[in-house]
Amino acid sequence: MIVFDHVTKQYKNSPQPALNDVNLTIEQGEFVFLVGSSGSGKSSLLRLLLKEEKATEGTVTVDGINVAKLRNRKVPAFRRQMGIVFQDFRLLPGKSVFDNAAFGMEVIGKSRKEIRNRIPAVLELVGLEEKAHRLPSELSGGEQQRVALARAFVNQPRLLLADEPTGNLDPATSVGIMKLLDRINRTGTTIVMATHDVAIVDQMRKRIVQMESGRIVRDQERGMYGHTGN
Amino acid sequence: MRISFVAKEVSGGLRRNFTMTLALIIAVAVSLSLFGTSLLLSTQVDRMKGYWYDKIEVSIFLCGSSSVTYTCTGSVTDDQRTNIEMKLNSLTPTVQHVFYESSSAAYDKFKQQFAGSAILSNVSPNALPASFRVKIDNPDHFQEVASQISSMQGVESIQDQRKLLNRFFTILKGLQSFALVVALAMLAVTILLVMNTIRVAAFARRRETSIMRAVGASNMSIRLPFILEAAVASTIGASLASGGLVAAKYWVIDGKLAPNLTFIPFVTWTEVGAIIPWLYLVGVGITVLASLITLRRYLKG
Ligand SMILES: Nc1ncnc2c1ncn2[C@@H]1O[C@H](COP(=O)(O)OP(=O)(O)OP(=O)(O)O)[C@@H](O)[C@H]1O
Ligand SMILES: [Mg+2]
Repeated sequence: MIVFDHVTKQYKNSPQPALNDVNLTIEQGEFVFLVGSSGSGKSSLLRLLLKEEKATEGTVTVDGINVAKLRNRKVPAFRRQMGIVFQDFRLLPGKSVFDNAAFGMEVIGKSRKEIRNRIPAVLELVGLEEKAHRLPSELSGGEQQRVALARAFVNQPRLLLADEPTGNLDPATSVGIMKLLDRINRTGTTIVMATHDVAIVDQMRKRIVQMESGRIVRDQERGMYGHTGN
Repeated sequence: MRISFVAKEVSGGLRRNFTMTLALIIAVAVSLSLFGTSLLLSTQVDRMKGYWYDKIEVSIFLCGSSSVTYTCTGSVTDDQRTNIEMKLNSLTPTVQHVFYESSSAAYDKFKQQFAGSAILSNVSPNALPASFRVKIDNPDHFQEVASQISSMQGVESIQDQRKLLNRFFTILKGLQSFALVVALAMLAVTILLVMNTIRVAAFARRRETSIMRAVGASNMSIRLPFILEAAVASTIGASLASGGLVAAKYWVIDGKLAPNLTFIPFVTWTEVGAIIPWLYLVGVGITVLASLITLRRYLKG
């Protein structure tokens, strides 16, 4: 589903490349942890997948589409098959939980009926059906993160990109979020998640791609963070 | 996107950006008022030109007892007068219509016009010269007629009324150009203000737009709320300017000027009505265009 072929990303005013000759293949339905120290290039890799940034060299392919060659006006349709969870939630402060989750459907022109049918089910999935009418400021960090997840998942994307979705959460809440991601993954959605969270990675036993200074230094099925394993 | 969703976003945006929106409305209203005024002035000038040029005559004043030009030897004689009249009649079709006004007829007219005025007692009945009032087919043919008549015995002077009017119209034209220049400058200021307003709004809502982009909203639907906000503000501004124009027609032109200046034909309601769509078109047009250009710059991707 996703192929990085000798991808290098060099930002303009940066001495070293953020990604350096990266080769990576991710199949449909996989759950991949992207780990590595701060500045190793995890977010850059996700940004290339979204076409928020352009690769300096090499090609990024999603579903057979060369992302760099995608026309500007086709980018919206391309992004609609993806869900994105940002590390800083990016909820709209003036909108209720329901409206925040529905925002992803509103802006791509879904009807009121579709929204009324879909949102309660998604809010139930993330365990927020009771708090649908609260504002983000009236929620805990973990609850806000779950709203962000609901918004990312609401259009049933085939690919979910999550940049440190548990970054600000306590371990128990993080476990809740991970269970949720696991459930979403079981519906067939491919998940790529960048994280620093050792405990979570070790617990989930999923594929691990470890980066260091823009290079992939480890790619292991059912891995543990700290162990190179067999 | 659903209309109600867009409407909610737009009204929310307008409220959050209230002071900027207000500034925008006022700027649009002021610049369009000036623009409308200059259009009104130009219609007014055209209307007066049409009205008066149609009525203009060439006046050929005949010698009076005190005239001192080489074509005069005392008052005009009957022979001289007949000669002049024959000459004028021979100049058809350039000369279309000849009317003789005797000295006493001129005095009667004068008396009527200045009835009750002190000026009347200073003018004796034969101080006003007799004249031929001549209508010519085209004001540009004045020289042609004048050159043939001016050297005839009994003619004291020839006056082209158009010359007097032209001076007056030059002043009006100047006023009109001035209003137009000020209006254009104000429109330029309005464009800059629109650009700044949109820039601020785009910055204030970068979170919304980044989320919209991430979930795959089309470029058009990301920009639409901003454009609609600018369009709503400029529509309100254009309505205020149109209201101002209607008020000026009702209270100033019809209420104050027209009753006192009965000899001037003023712009009609139809003409005012024809200007109003232009105010909306120009006002909404330039704000939408300015916001499109700004958004292209600040809402990339
Ligand atoms: N827009 C940018 N312009 C210039 N350099 C950038 C830009 N974004 C990232 N970088 C640089 O690229 C490198 C990789 O950054 P990236 O954000 O991908 O790291 P990361 O692995 O996500 O780190 P973290 O775990 O802290 O989020 C860093 O050295 C960073 O300074
Ligand atoms: Mg990062």
